Amino acid sequence: MKQLPEKYVRLLKLPAFVVCLGPAFVLTWKGFQGLLGANPIDVITRTTGRWTLTFLLITLSVTPLRRITGMAWLIRFRRMLGLFAFFYGSLHLVTYVWLDKFFDVHEMLHDIARRRFITAGMTAWALMLPLALTSTKGAIRRLGGKRWQKLHRLIYFSAAAGVVHFIWLVKADLRRPLTYGAVLALLLAFRILMWIRNRVTARSTAVRQAIHT
Amino acid sequence: MVIKKPSDIASSEITPKSTYVSRRKFITGAAATVGTALAGGFYLRNHLDSSTVHAGGAKLSGIVKSPFSTTEKPNSFQDITNYNNYYEFSTDKYEPNGLSKNFRTRPWTVAIAGLVKKPKTLDIDTILKLAPLEERIYRHRCVEGWSMVIPWVGFPLSALIKQADPLPSAKFVAFQTILAPDQMPNQRSRDVLDWPYVEGLRMDEAMHPLTILAVGLYDEVLPNVDGAPLRLVTPWKYGFKGIKAIVKISFTDSMPPTTWNKMAPDEYGFYSNVNPQKDHPRWSQAMERRIGEFRKRPTLMFNGYADQVGSLYTNLDLQKNY
Repeated sequence: MKQLPEKYVRLLKLPAFVVCLGPAFVLTWKGFQGLLGANPIDVITRTTGRWTLTFLLITLSVTPLRRITGMAWLIRFRRMLGLFAFFYGSLHLVTYVWLDKFFDVHEMLHDIARRRFITAGMTAWALMLPLALTSTKGAIRRLGGKRWQKLHRLIYFSAAAGVVHFIWLVKADLRRPLTYGAVLALLLAFRILMWIRNRVTARSTAVRQAIHT
Repeated sequence: MVIKKPSDIASSEITPKSTYVSRRKFITGAAATVGTALAGGFYLRNHLDSSTVHAGGAKLSGIVKSPFSTTEKPNSFQDITNYNNYYEFSTDKYEPNGLSKNFRTRPWTVAIAGLVKKPKTLDIDTILKLAPLEERIYRHRCVEGWSMVIPWVGFPLSALIKQADPLPSAKFVAFQTILAPDQMPNQRSRDVLDWPYVEGLRMDEAMHPLTILAVGLYDEVLPNVDGAPLRLVTPWKYGFKGIKAIVKISFTDSMPPTTWNKMAPDEYGFYSNVNPQKDHPRWSQAMERRIGEFRKRPTLMFNGYADQVGSLYTNLDLQKNY
């Protein structure tokens, strides 16, 4: 695995952070310029939703990219990317709770129960919450690496719920949500292949050891 | 000898100081962004001004006012022409304006077919002279939960129906949009909707004085994005009933198929009357966001036209016939 000197990783973090914040800045800037069109709340909802899914997929592509390219240092950016997915997801949720429903709890509960796309979206966000809360060094230590890793597999389910949320919400023309779905399927397929390969290697190692003893 | 328990944390998982410091910065930055976004929201709330200049289209003359018009303030030309559904061009509400710019509305004919005494084909310029053009400022309620006030220019559909002279057996009117995949990009794909777009009305709905064929917006020729050269407007029904770029009007004795009903029958019925009591599987229909307003407002039965059209549906269960 290729390593990048620590100072470069640190140097890269700031620009990466700024780039990740870009969509939020563009949205805010457009808001101030009055460039969000006839229905600004609709644009804010869609933009934050799209970036949540995009960041989830980018986060999920870190491991495959690292394996394929051998650039081990990529892992150092994974947490930031994951937190950005949570950040945009939370903005998306705030937009719904505040700008769309105006804190009407009764109406929101009705929505969550009745409308499956809302149920899926809420699930996707709720699954990200424990991951964001346990993203600290202390949390990893308290949980222990193995358990922490197991917990953080929830991201697969969060991303899947996010794609389902998108599929269920469009009225017609599934091309856009299915594109996200296809990328997610590819990223998950990579993990399944890795898992199968690891099991085969482990078994053949065990067999070899059995022969030798 | 001290035997240390091996750490179950891989060294790659330990956060260096720079990371958690940057995480704090991240949280601060995130909070700042949220704050800015919210401030932006409030700014917009105060600056959603409707008067935006646009390059004018051809003016229509001799437009008469109508007692059916609402006194509510119409949305701006800019908003009406830049935020609407026209799936033949795009499923995005902001794109159809640009994509429909070069749509050809001349030459244009409308076929009158089905149960009529004499089927014929009318030229659009003949249709424009069928009846005096009226300004009809109507509320427009989209099934997606947003609404506008639109100053249409048009004439009652009943004028065209009388001219078509339907047979007594005609109970419904079916409408069809042009099929022009060379001009309408989404018509090249079956993944979007089943083309061409079709809609229908019961004969009494079609003859109702509120029902118009629109040919203009404000005092101009109807912009392409709003369904030029000829579109249907039924203000007590959800917007998707307002079929655009009509090329065929036929009279039938049975309920004609409608595009969205074919697509999702549990979501869209034939009638599609605005009904705040009938929940849509995707959206609550109790409230709507008037474009240009911040808070939602309650949706009115038949979009506020209950006095005029309520009598059409007295014997109909509106929960079942949505």
